[in-house]
Amino acid sequence: MIEVKHLTKRYGEHLAVDDLSFTIEDGQIYGFLGPNGAGKSTTMNIMTGCLAATSGDVTIDGLDIFEDAAQAKRLIGYLPEQPPLYPDRTPREYLRFVAEAKRVPPSEIRGQIDRVLDITQTAGVADRLIKNLSKGYRQRVGIAQALLGSPRVIILDEPTVGLDPKQIVEIRDLIKDLGREHTVILSSHILSEVQAICTTILIISEGRLVACDTAENLEKLFAGSVSVELDVDADEEEAGRIVSSLPAVSKSEISKRPDGGSHLRLEAGSEYSDSVCRELSLAFAGSGHAVLQMTTSKASLEDIFIELTGSEKEADKT
Amino acid sequence: MRAVFRHELSSYFTGLSGYVFGAFLLLFAGIYTMAYNIKNALSNFEYVLSGMSFIFLIIVPILTMRVLAEEKRQKTDQLLYSLPLTMTQVVMGKYAAMLVMLLVPLAIISIYPLILSVYGNVNLAAAYGALTGFFFLGAALLAVGTFVSSLTESQAVAAGLCFVVLLVNYFLSSLASFLSTTAFASFAAFAVCIALLALIFWRMTKSGFGASVIFIALEAVLFALYTFRKDSFGGLFPTLLQRLSLFARFEQFVNGVFDITAIVFYISVIGVFLFISVQSMEKRRWS
Repeated sequence: MIEVKHLTKRYGEHLAVDDLSFTIEDGQIYGFLGPNGAGKSTTMNIMTGCLAATSGDVTIDGLDIFEDAAQAKRLIGYLPEQPPLYPDRTPREYLRFVAEAKRVPPSEIRGQIDRVLDITQTAGVADRLIKNLSKGYRQRVGIAQALLGSPRVIILDEPTVGLDPKQIVEIRDLIKDLGREHTVILSSHILSEVQAICTTILIISEGRLVACDTAENLEKLFAGSVSVELDVDADEEEAGRIVSSLPAVSKSEISKRPDGGSHLRLEAGSEYSDSVCRELSLAFAGSGHAVLQMTTSKASLEDIFIELTGSEKEADKT
Repeated sequence: MRAVFRHELSSYFTGLSGYVFGAFLLLFAGIYTMAYNIKNALSNFEYVLSGMSFIFLIIVPILTMRVLAEEKRQKTDQLLYSLPLTMTQVVMGKYAAMLVMLLVPLAIISIYPLILSVYGNVNLAAAYGALTGFFFLGAALLAVGTFVSSLTESQAVAAGLCFVVLLVNYFLSSLASFLSTTAFASFAAFAVCIALLALIFWRMTKSGFGASVIFIALEAVLFALYTFRKDSFGGLFPTLLQRLSLFARFEQFVNGVFDITAIVFYISVIGVFLFISVQSMEKRRWS
């Protein structure tokens, strides 16, 4: 379990991370989501001991990342934004160095290297110089490095940036597999990625935590209402009467259609999001009118993300 | 530390810099041995070491330029920071690898006096004393180079800066003899040094108050000393510069004196420069 308490990082006048607090539970995949420059990398660098915080602290299983650095760092595997590789070495030599530095017992080093090469599917390039490897393979070697020493927590900073679509899918699958054995924290500015991989999403904007929940909960929490658009073969008056009899509908807007029917734009409370379509069609059918077409749209995570990170900026301006 | 040491040592052998370093040392040792001992039939091997000591100006930067600068440039310093290693272990591991790179050619060179002694009367004690001094000189210069490398991200800048620092140090004792030896000249020189020190402190910590306190306090002490002990200021600054020269200390060994104070001086220089290299790396974590 990682606890981050009141973390603040100041670069001169610029406040990169502003009083950030959260807790990472074991056995889940966490996603740090935020626009570029939101403070994701800074936070990760502090969590892994690469950077000192201006104030606040980070503890991993009760071990302070600065006070008990040697023990705390052994619980963490970290892949920075740019994989920290030595271009003139082969992945095998490189992994041996990292394994030794992580104090993996000498008798286990060979086995562990083979295991991480296997997991990341880099065994085929293990004896080529890193500088000759493609970006995707370098990223994998970077992940392999983070896996050495079987750390409890794996922290990956933008693991899919700069990869082609096929590699992105492969790396995502790899991360999902890792999530079965390790706690994984990854950062991304791509929403669909976080949504696809992570069980819990932390949205960070301007160095502050603006939301932390599962993807579905976030949608539910912020969706607020469901909007429904439908065409019916009843005239405006009739349609208005039927709609107003339904408690689910909170707002309605009715316009006339050229064929004599009407077009309705409705909003229903979030508690009715599952039942509103059914109620509407039954109500119209019950009074002898047909529903010709009906579409619903929920506020997507994308909207929430834009709303959360956008409103922060507006709030700052005022 | 062992992991860093092994990694670093093998990278000297996979790259070119380790070989260049060793080859230069051996080449010049060969040339000078041939010129002094064989051609001119001198029996003093220490002159060879004295003659070739300038080669450190060129080869020390070759060995030290990438040691910390390259880690920053290729962002592998992030790995070092996130591994369960302290910066002291990292710097010591790297420095130990450089010492091995220095020891290997010196081990080969150490056979030369033995070979020469077959053909003549060589003062082996003086030769090996000088070789020991030569090793410590090289070790101290490598520590200076390590620190210079920690200041920048560019290998070229590290190499250039290191060369200039070593060059100034090489000529320090000759330059010092040109300086005025009056008490006031020394006083003025120390005053300027204090101002520079305060300026560096201010640049590094951005604390105007701290820098002013240091500046005022040190200048006051200096002024008090100058007022009450004016006599001892005469020629003090040039003497101090002479004392700081790493190369000048080595001449004692060449003259056949096994100078323990020089060894202590070299070890202190190594300690100080490795310490500030560690601090320089740690500082990046805090910036």
